[in-house]
Amino acid sequence: MNKPRFQARTLFLIAYIVFALLPIYWMVNMSFKTNAEILSSFSFFPQEFTWANYRTIFTDPSWYSGYINSLIYVAINTVISITVALPAAYAFSRYSFIGDKHVFFWLLTNRMTPPAVFLLPFFQLYTTVGLMDTHIAVALAHLLFNVPLAVWILEGFMSGIPREIDETAYIDGYSFPRFFVRIFLPLIKAGVGVAAFFCFMFSWVELLLARTLTSVNAKPIVATMTRTVSASGMDWATLAAAGVLTIVPGAIVIWFVRHYIAKGFAMGRV
Amino acid sequence: MSTTTKPVNQKAWLLVLPVIICVAFSAILPLMTVVNYSVQDIISPERRVFVGTEWFAAVMRDEDLHAALWRQLTFSFAVLAVEIPLGIALALSMPAQGWRASAVLVLVALSLLIPWNVVGTIWQIYGRADIGLLGMALQKMGFDYSYTGNALHAWITVLVMDIWHWTPLVALLCYAGLRSIPDAYYQAARIDGASKFAVFRYIQLPKMRGVLMIAVLLRFMDSFMIYTEPFVLTGGGPGNATTFLSQYLTQKAVGQFDLGPAAAFSLIYFLIILLLCFILYNWMQRVGTATKENTGE
Repeated sequence: MNKPRFQARTLFLIAYIVFALLPIYWMVNMSFKTNAEILSSFSFFPQEFTWANYRTIFTDPSWYSGYINSLIYVAINTVISITVALPAAYAFSRYSFIGDKHVFFWLLTNRMTPPAVFLLPFFQLYTTVGLMDTHIAVALAHLLFNVPLAVWILEGFMSGIPREIDETAYIDGYSFPRFFVRIFLPLIKAGVGVAAFFCFMFSWVELLLARTLTSVNAKPIVATMTRTVSASGMDWATLAAAGVLTIVPGAIVIWFVRHYIAKGFAMGRV
Repeated sequence: MSTTTKPVNQKAWLLVLPVIICVAFSAILPLMTVVNYSVQDIISPERRVFVGTEWFAAVMRDEDLHAALWRQLTFSFAVLAVEIPLGIALALSMPAQGWRASAVLVLVALSLLIPWNVVGTIWQIYGRADIGLLGMALQKMGFDYSYTGNALHAWITVLVMDIWHWTPLVALLCYAGLRSIPDAYYQAARIDGASKFAVFRYIQLPKMRGVLMIAVLLRFMDSFMIYTEPFVLTGGGPGNATTFLSQYLTQKAVGQFDLGPAAAFSLIYFLIILLLCFILYNWMQRVGTATKENTGE
């Protein structure tokens, strides 16, 4: 790789990262200010540095329970999504069967339902089955858009693995479950990592369904934030602090799956 | 799905069944309920009148809807036109390994993790000319920037916000796709003396086909249903410059509480997305197959 080309790439990357981080920097900056300071003056650093916004969140149960609730349903959702998506993605990538293309496309269509009007039917459905205001309800509802995504991502990664690997394993006497767990899963680690991350992410940031299906016991952090916005005028500072904290769990998740994303196929090869 | 021939095996249905059960639970019943609403005039929960296709006809004639649809189409295609090339470029320039790769990966993905209503809220402050970094900077550069007063500025702000928010999705998917290319391919290309562009065109791009398809369709359908971010940032204004389809729909469903027309509208909305995705999907499938034949894979 010649030198100037390398520099152009790096410059581009740095420029993008600056663009990506500036709004986040502004949010972090706001989270250490008081409301009065945010609205009255422009400054790159807080003039009266305060931890009060974070203290509010960590001491007030209505705030911190929101994080716990969100984490619970997001975790349930991610686990179910990946577990059911793995075998299905394998079936789609390896075999043809009656209606396979239709089912695959039907799965995708479930991501295309405009949420606004579907909220009321969702509310009615989950009230009828007695799941309202539970973590399970939100986790199940989010399966609607996460399972198709997981199947889709995993199918892409699995199709990249030559079919000869499966055939060799069967000839060597591996049963399907043993082959799948011992040989196939390590090969598509990158895909599982990416899929898990996206399931986590989409479930974590979704607002409309999560807010509709919960009231008190399972109220997610995204809903807590909207309430604070409307109730106390506009509590920008606490909101900014809460926003900063919502990034933390996801950042940890990426940190764990980063190797799967980064190393990909080459490392998984036996 | 790839179009190469695969062995026929009807037992594969058993592997797909769990997925269908999981999704159908949350998909079929609500969809049926919406279909049910769309053919009735709901005066109160007890008083409903069957009206047939009246709502559908009314929705199709709605001038405001046509305007919102055009705004939406322009917006979604602008999103794709910027985010896909930018995402690919980003994935290509991200370091492949080492601590730098990890750090860059986390930094790039950060904006994806912010709840959508918070995204709108951050940009609301960020874009303000008196107290926000972006607004202040543009003001200092001599632009009379105001996302609340100027329709064009509002539209561009929503677009830039979307680019900021979602380009990482494209970049991460492409990055994962790139990492799955075995080194042997690059070595072979080096031996053949292939140019950088040739490597991109004949090795990297075909290998990213699967993930790119996901990225294009995801970005298309999600941007077509964009709601929370512009709602918080501009509230659809100024005027209705940033009132996209789902916001228009919500105004109808919640604001005026017209369940029947709103349900009819959302079914039409759903069908539009479905149709466009179907076209995109098949088109990309075809382009991909053609490439495969050209490169003799």
